[in-house]
Amino acid sequence: MSIVGTRVVRVEDEKLITSGGTYVDDLREAALTGAVHAVFVRSPIAHARISGIDTEEAKQAPGVVAVFTAADLDLAPQQTGPVTEPFLATDVVRYVGEPVALVLTEERYQLADAAELVDVDYDPLDAVASIDAALSGETELFPGGGVTGNVMQVNGAEEFDDAVFADCDAVVTQTILNPRVAPASLEVRGGSVAWGEDGRLTLWLSTQNAQIARTTVAGALGLDEERVRVIAPDVGGGFGAKIGADPEASVLGWAARAVGRPVRWTESRSENLTAMSHGRAQQNTVTIGGKRDGTVLAYRIDVVQDSGAYPRAMFLPTLTEMMAPGVYRFPVVQTRSRCVVTNTTPIAAYRGAGRPEATAAVERAMDLFAAEIGMDPAEVRRVNFIRPEEFPYTTPTGGDYDTGEYAAALDKVLAAAGYAELRAEQELRRVAGDPVALGLGIAAYVEITGGDASGESGRVDIHEDGSVTAYTGSSPHGQGLATSLAMLLSDQLGVPLAKITVKHGDTDEVPRAVGTFGSRSLQLGGSAIRQAADEVIAQARELAADLLEAAPEDLELDTERGVWQVRGAPSSTTLDWARIVASAESTALSADVWFGDGKPTFPFGAHLAVVEVDTETGKVEVRRLVAVDDAGPVVNPLTFRGQRHGGLGQGIAQALLEVVNYDEDGNPTTATLADYSFVTATELPDFELVDMATPTTRNLLGVKGIGEAATIGSTPAVHNAVVDALAHHGVRHLDMPATPMRVWAALNDVRKAN
Amino acid sequence: MRVSIEVNGRTTAGEVPDRTLLVHYLRDTVGLTGTNIGCDTTSCGACTVLLDGESVKSCTVLAAQADGHEVTTVEGLAGDGGELHPVQRAFREQHGLQCGFCTPGMMMASVSLLKENPRPSRREVREALEGNLCRCTGYHNIVSAVVEASGQEVDR
Amino acid sequence: MIPAEFSYRRASTVDEALALLAEHGEDAKLLAGGHSLLPLMKLRFAAPEVVVDIASLDELKFVRLDGDEVVIGALSRYHDLHGDPVLAEHAPLVAHASGAVGDPQVRHRGTLGGSLVHADSAADLPAVILASDGVLVARGPAGERRIPAAEFFLGPFTTPLEPDELLTEVRLPSQAGLGWGFEKFTRRNIDWAIVGVAVVGRSVGLINLGGTPLRAAATEKALADGASADEAAALAAEDTSPPDEPHASAEYRRHLARVLTRRALLAAGIA
Repeated sequence: MSIVGTRVVRVEDEKLITSGGTYVDDLREAALTGAVHAVFVRSPIAHARISGIDTEEAKQAPGVVAVFTAADLDLAPQQTGPVTEPFLATDVVRYVGEPVALVLTEERYQLADAAELVDVDYDPLDAVASIDAALSGETELFPGGGVTGNVMQVNGAEEFDDAVFADCDAVVTQTILNPRVAPASLEVRGGSVAWGEDGRLTLWLSTQNAQIARTTVAGALGLDEERVRVIAPDVGGGFGAKIGADPEASVLGWAARAVGRPVRWTESRSENLTAMSHGRAQQNTVTIGGKRDGTVLAYRIDVVQDSGAYPRAMFLPTLTEMMAPGVYRFPVVQTRSRCVVTNTTPIAAYRGAGRPEATAAVERAMDLFAAEIGMDPAEVRRVNFIRPEEFPYTTPTGGDYDTGEYAAALDKVLAAAGYAELRAEQELRRVAGDPVALGLGIAAYVEITGGDASGESGRVDIHEDGSVTAYTGSSPHGQGLATSLAMLLSDQLGVPLAKITVKHGDTDEVPRAVGTFGSRSLQLGGSAIRQAADEVIAQARELAADLLEAAPEDLELDTERGVWQVRGAPSSTTLDWARIVASAESTALSADVWFGDGKPTFPFGAHLAVVEVDTETGKVEVRRLVAVDDAGPVVNPLTFRGQRHGGLGQGIAQALLEVVNYDEDGNPTTATLADYSFVTATELPDFELVDMATPTTRNLLGVKGIGEAATIGSTPAVHNAVVDALAHHGVRHLDMPATPMRVWAALNDVRKAN
Repeated sequence: MRVSIEVNGRTTAGEVPDRTLLVHYLRDTVGLTGTNIGCDTTSCGACTVLLDGESVKSCTVLAAQADGHEVTTVEGLAGDGGELHPVQRAFREQHGLQCGFCTPGMMMASVSLLKENPRPSRREVREALEGNLCRCTGYHNIVSAVVEASGQEVDR
Repeated sequence: MIPAEFSYRRASTVDEALALLAEHGEDAKLLAGGHSLLPLMKLRFAAPEVVVDIASLDELKFVRLDGDEVVIGALSRYHDLHGDPVLAEHAPLVAHASGAVGDPQVRHRGTLGGSLVHADSAADLPAVILASDGVLVARGPAGERRIPAAEFFLGPFTTPLEPDELLTEVRLPSQAGLGWGFEKFTRRNIDWAIVGVAVVGRSVGLINLGGTPLRAAATEKALADGASADEAAALAAEDTSPPDEPHASAEYRRHLARVLTRRALLAAGIA
């Protein structure tokens, strides 16, 4: 029986549960002996001109090795969108948390003492602390320099044609905030650097992509890539915010050369919450119109992306536009997007990256439309779903959907949840005037994984002892990919898991790779490993043919026993892998491939959230979350479900709890984990997962990505549930996160209006 | 100052600054890096260890306060022969960890919980782990792991 | 984040602690569980030169009955109070509220005395002790003095304790047989209360409705005058000045105070 598709505990866990992982701060490598410790002095002001930096007192503090400012650096300028993002601030700081100086000390405990002594004179400027402030253009972040009126990139329509809504019975417009959140990986950012006597730089970095980081750092330092080695040790979560290398990494490399010693850096959580990129931060205005029978005739979304102070990820709103119509066969879809700069932490990818924003908008829009025409939200969705026979399906916004069973997904969820019974209970409570209202929220979603379509590397070696080493370009950091890849190889080669090692994250071992983001790893990295194993099997077939004196096509690999034999003659001579390798000219069979034709895939699903809202206090409790997340065939249900659980947790958190806030001067008010409402175990329900698996034709494994899917579905499901709970009071919309005060205020508003 | 702390059954000692936090003593003086640091506000619980058998956040205890006391870290959970503690076994079996960063603290909090409440309900597990943040798992499988470690059946 | 440098001293008796306080005066801070002081020191909001560790003063860890009074040692930890059999009978509100503070790790370290002298109006136990008509006993160079809770919380993080004084115990009239209720409203379980209400008998304490823990005087008076729980609770926010913050406005807090007071009164058996 194949191991693929069965529940397998992870090969990664033994170390993690006994001695703990080896994260950057845990490294005790000889190369780091004598390292100095680093801390970045960061701007406490959102927008200011720097009139002077005095480092003298800091340089005299105990243990201080060096203090560097922008004036010391000679790094290649770092182009971020249309602007240059300084490694250390030069004349102007543009967000609280922007690095201004670097302090190096002998001991870790001396860092904070010395950093306090770096004296920076700031002349405050007006802060642009919100999207509205940015659009007003009253204060510009880059006057005369690349960004006019704080708006950087405009996609889509200059003006919308309202005629597309002319035939509609009902049209609803709503501005929907998708609030800024903090990725908040539990391990903060960190890096250690050492220059070798050979003039090579080794950088241990908490990153999702060692190879991209190598390119970035080599470019900043003006080095050939061969002279930089990046190693991702165990990484304590990334969620999109650890893609590649942040500017700090290049500064560390420069500083280590400047002082001639290795350098170690681990940021604090307070730094992390202001200086690691944030996610989401969109303001979307949707208009939806259609017939009273539920048919939507036209949908419009106008996206404004807050890019923060430096636009590191202008692709985000483009993805939002592409995924705008979601799972629906809307005949007309109008989109526009704009990116604006603000005096806030830069925005980049966060679990879902552009797609959750699209889903949140269209799923709220569907509920608003359903409410407008008085139809059950499930029914409105059914009317508009793209039908199974329509795949492959190209949307008006360029989505090239592979496969989908959208109605089936929703039906499965509603059946599992007992939707009709829940609606009946809701009605009973309403009639009884129960102050604890029940809300049901539906979200149907489709997303895109492996969307960058740039492929991935994979190498498989079979050694003389019959053991296997796989080198993947993916860079897992908790997803359990090493287990999944080992399972695939075990299945394909007939080698037990215990004899398979999966390596990743070291540019010397895996020189070519893209890495992990966008839920790409299994479909691209897994396909690459499959392809490499196919090539090794082809090599082995030739060798086995020689040894058994048979035609290659007459041989088969018995994957139950891990032996080659003549087809149809199982009792004949068999050859195990060790014997095959022994006959080869080298010490291992090896194939090193690039799986490059992997087109994007489109996972989908449906979620139902059941919430209770205490209408006296405004507090929302999630009672149930029932989910279908269809990402094709499942390699390991244990880790597959784990990815869904994690996504659900983060998605629910965004709907109810988590938000990064700034005051009007651009000061963050959520800069510690005491202030940022990171979701805990007490705020989440046990999850109810429903299985469904619709394969794709677009890669060798038939799989789609699962890393982000559940995040995307759960946020609008919970959001819709909160509004649904309050619908009988007249509430039509409220923005996320649905904090108690916001719910209470929404109820107050409708009471006053009535 | 000089402190002496029994860590995982072994006497350790070191000359450290008075302001040394227990977590840094464990990581840097004793060299046990399994205990992680995830925040600076006593919020995340990644640094949870047992102090005299009870869970504490070692970022908010001075090494000096632990002088003369007993500390257990994740490295001390398994038996001398390497046999895993029931909590370790259950975290692996139930996939109660992903990136692993919260895991040592989460397991130590779980050990403390089970000592105080040997057969907790899922709700009680959630409440007892409210001081330990996890970004990866959505907590579902962590709860299952603690229920399994308590000898109860995991029904979801 | 680590504290600024300081000198650590461990006291092994109350007298030794008092002597260290006398020696170092305002430069010294007492360290009990450390879960108020150390977080502040790590963020460098506090930077004492001397830290006097009193956690090993076992003489201040007890709960006992003294006639009609419950006496709680200042160094009793939340964890111990939550499971204490004497409190369960004679001060169940204190036991219950102690189990709601922070998280288990915090409750393994944090002490009743530490919370009271820190005098954070958002903390749970100050309002509970205030509602319980507690009397705080402090010892200093001049001997012992008793300060009613009503005179103890002078302002945000401000008490009448002198730098050379040490809180030793808290005395409460036994609440055996009295109804009680405790409502702590948070976004997440671990958060500090946005608003909290502690009721015992007909006393009502308010958490986070101003710069100090408060008694809901208008509510208590209405109850004394025979008002219903609904009527009395409607007055809970009278004469309060709650914090006005983005996630919880003053108006919202007043509203919560009324809702939660009604619920706590009902839980205490007052209809």
